[in-house]
Amino acid sequence: MTTDLGFPAVDGLAGVPAGGQELSTKDFTSDQEVRWCPGCGDYAVLAAVRGFLPELGIPRENTVFVSGIGCSARFPYYMNTYGMHSIHGRAPTIATGLATTRPDLNVWVVTGDGDGLSIGGNHLIHALRRNVNITVLLFNNRIYGLTKGQYSPTSDQGMVTKSTPVGSLDTPFNPVSLALGAEASFVARTLDSDRAHLTETLRAAAAHRGSSLVEIYQNCPIFNDGAFDVLKDAEEKQRRLIQVNHGQPVTFGPEDERYGVVRDDNGELRVAKLAEVDESEVVVHDAHREDTSHAFALSRLGGQHLDPTVTGIFRAVSRPTYDDQVRAQLTEAAEQKPADLQKLLTGNNTWTI
Amino acid sequence: MVATNGHRPEERTETRRKANRVVIRFAGDSGDGMQLTGDRFTSEAAAFGNDLATLPNYPAEIRAPAGTLPGVSSFQLHFADYDILTPGDRPDVLVAMNPAALKANLGDLSDGATVVVNTDEFTKRNLKKVGYETSPLESGELERFTVHPVAMSELTKGAVAETGLTRKEAERCKNMFALGLLSWMYSRPTEDTERFLREKFASKPQVAEANVLAFRAGWNYGETTESFAVSYEVAPASLPRGTYRQVTGNQALAYGLVSAGWRSELPVFLGSYPITPASDVLHEMARHKNFGVTTFQAEDEIAGVGAALGASFGGSLGVTTTSGPGLALKSETIGLAVALELPLLVCDIQRGGPSTGLPTKTEQADLLQALYGRNGESPVAVVAPRSPADCFDIALEAARIALTYRTPVLLLSDGATANGSEPWLIPDVEQLPDLRVTFATEPNASDGSGEFWPYVRDPETLARQWAIPGTPGLEHRVGGLEKVDGKGSISYDPDNHDAMVRLRQRKIDGVEVPDVEVDDPSGRARVLVLGWGSSYGPIGAACRRVRQRGMEIAQAHLRYLNPMPSNLGEVLRGYDRVIVPEMNTGQLAMLLRSRYLVDARSYTKVAGLPFQAEELEKVLSDVVQGSEL
Repeated sequence: MTTDLGFPAVDGLAGVPAGGQELSTKDFTSDQEVRWCPGCGDYAVLAAVRGFLPELGIPRENTVFVSGIGCSARFPYYMNTYGMHSIHGRAPTIATGLATTRPDLNVWVVTGDGDGLSIGGNHLIHALRRNVNITVLLFNNRIYGLTKGQYSPTSDQGMVTKSTPVGSLDTPFNPVSLALGAEASFVARTLDSDRAHLTETLRAAAAHRGSSLVEIYQNCPIFNDGAFDVLKDAEEKQRRLIQVNHGQPVTFGPEDERYGVVRDDNGELRVAKLAEVDESEVVVHDAHREDTSHAFALSRLGGQHLDPTVTGIFRAVSRPTYDDQVRAQLTEAAEQKPADLQKLLTGNNTWTI
Repeated sequence: MVATNGHRPEERTETRRKANRVVIRFAGDSGDGMQLTGDRFTSEAAAFGNDLATLPNYPAEIRAPAGTLPGVSSFQLHFADYDILTPGDRPDVLVAMNPAALKANLGDLSDGATVVVNTDEFTKRNLKKVGYETSPLESGELERFTVHPVAMSELTKGAVAETGLTRKEAERCKNMFALGLLSWMYSRPTEDTERFLREKFASKPQVAEANVLAFRAGWNYGETTESFAVSYEVAPASLPRGTYRQVTGNQALAYGLVSAGWRSELPVFLGSYPITPASDVLHEMARHKNFGVTTFQAEDEIAGVGAALGASFGGSLGVTTTSGPGLALKSETIGLAVALELPLLVCDIQRGGPSTGLPTKTEQADLLQALYGRNGESPVAVVAPRSPADCFDIALEAARIALTYRTPVLLLSDGATANGSEPWLIPDVEQLPDLRVTFATEPNASDGSGEFWPYVRDPETLARQWAIPGTPGLEHRVGGLEKVDGKGSISYDPDNHDAMVRLRQRKIDGVEVPDVEVDDPSGRARVLVLGWGSSYGPIGAACRRVRQRGMEIAQAHLRYLNPMPSNLGEVLRGYDRVIVPEMNTGQLAMLLRSRYLVDARSYTKVAGLPFQAEELEKVLSDVVQGSEL
């Protein structure tokens, strides 16, 4: 399922020992009381992660969650694994050091739109381009929750918040576009409310070797309630939600009104009524393309206004990971020149008194 | 053709004089290769067995406009037949490759100094660039000195003509001509330099040959020209027995870090972002992957320390290297490491500040930043090397403290220490301290629940247990939020926070450090001079001079800045006067006054250059004679 780029396509969990006893959701649940607001989308993500981890078949102690600051950053406390609740925006750096030195760990980063795209934007893009073997869950609720409701880098332009009483002026980021621009080898988007799709996406992200970015549209019931309701409403979502699957034509819509994504004469993608185009014109999704322009074009469809919105795996290509290569250099160096500290300290130019 | 293999002018006794010590300064354009020239002369002196100390001084610009004052780069070397402490105050010999180099360095020369100039660069245009109306070679303003005008560029071009290099390439070898000439003047062995040149330019044999020819031409010029009738000999120094090598501070620091990994049996992870004058530590560490050393060039300073802390969490010896502005950026992560109570080494190679300041100049003004530059009560251990070679020992000490007490340790080197070099008595690896650690393997909850509690402490050191991911049954979460001592769950309890703040402080206060030693040969001194960091050399040299003049003075030096040695208060109170020279505006003095209630007096200079022994000698002898500071 991965493109052969001359580097062995290794599973994301290669190097992590296979686990002894079979684990359950309960085994991944810590004794800490979960303290997100009632109705927070984070609960759904937590449940999906706890529910899906046992199927990886790896020991609990080899799993680590690292977070920064924000509502989502409490995530590690609720997982009965190793974890670190670090500082604002810096989780990718800590995860990079950990994953580079410990190939036996399954390392997750939990971040949000403020933590990962604002204060920590630099670290996120660099972790993605390096392709460190970590899985980044980006909880996007398009608002600052923990600081009580200021606009975020993914908020709608014009949004009225406490810090923008007459409307925000910032142009928002499209996290999927950003990740693709940062050379990410795995980029996906999913919804907190769609447990099946969320789980399937997490599974693929964990299996991917390299940096995986999963953007999760997540509802904040207190400061930005209903931001993604149009994607959850039974009727609306049929008209708006495009779930892409590798190798499948990109189509959606209710049975009596099917749509397809086609490429215009100018090369751009647009939505067309299937009835009005030839079936062969419909774009077939290819997540394994080295060239990012197809995935990027999909990420631009609809954009901020969710009309339509593409979910699924935009890109999943195999390329050498930073940490695998770092370790390979260490191994090679040790083989070529066995470590001899006395020799190193002595050097080549000495004199004796 | 002169014999160049190990040729020493023992055969030329009639023109050889003995000297105990010599200070040479090579100065030229930043593109003239003065650092390389100085390095080579240093290696020759080291190979000969002299004691030595060096001071490179170069501009922040990689290539400032040629021939201008801002573009002058210099390398000063002090070598002697006895143990010396500093790179020297004033050069005995200045090699000036152009008018700018002459003008920029003339003020540092004493009467009677020797000046060797490359006359080919003393053109009208070059003279005008630095504001000389008439050539100083002709105006008489160099009368106080012994001047040797040498057409180095032309002589070099002539010497290397046979190699077929272009004129421009040929002229580039003139620094080796200068080196050859000085090597002759000071009776240096030459074979290592020839070998070095052939190795350095192995891929360009033509260039290698040209450099060797230029080097030999410089030597021959000295030997055959009457103006250089005298050469000098500086005998090997009688240092403690053993095998020595030359080492720079940054090199010694890197070796210390590699050795700390070796002796702790932990992989070393260095997360770093390039910054002057710390980058050379990253470069050196990157060469030692065979020791299991991982170097990570991060996207910024914060990522460098973040990755190091992540590696520490995973059971590596996490290290980050930086200079002042970078330390500012790392503050929050160091604070996190304080809260997580994980080992972390933070090496700050101080430079002139504030802000970008003087990137290539030295200063010791980050002491308070190291001690207090974080939010909240955030104590860390702080150590500082006193010389280039001491960087090795202090790195091992920093690792010992970090690993034993599970704490960040700040190591404060500086530009002068980092780039300076001196002979280093090569240690026996087996005699290096044992730094092995024990990771937690068993649950430790005091309530018998069978859980692992991350903040259960060793009663002696107050260090918490280090349970690394991958250890079954010890899964736990740590973070920057305040924790209940013991169990480690989040706590907003006021009493717990108060207790934790004091506990973290008590842990650092309890770090075991050796007593400070006082050097007071007569035992009757009433004045104590106390320094820290790289001022050790100039202070020590100044004390020797004061004592040679028949006065008494005591010297002590702090390598441990936090916690300070437990006998320090007693030592300070034992003298009538305490003088604290610092390359800042009095940071240590302020700490001593507040902590020990002693009337410590500051002598400060913040000029981007180390103290001179001469100036300290004057200050200290005035104080000993009763002057107020």
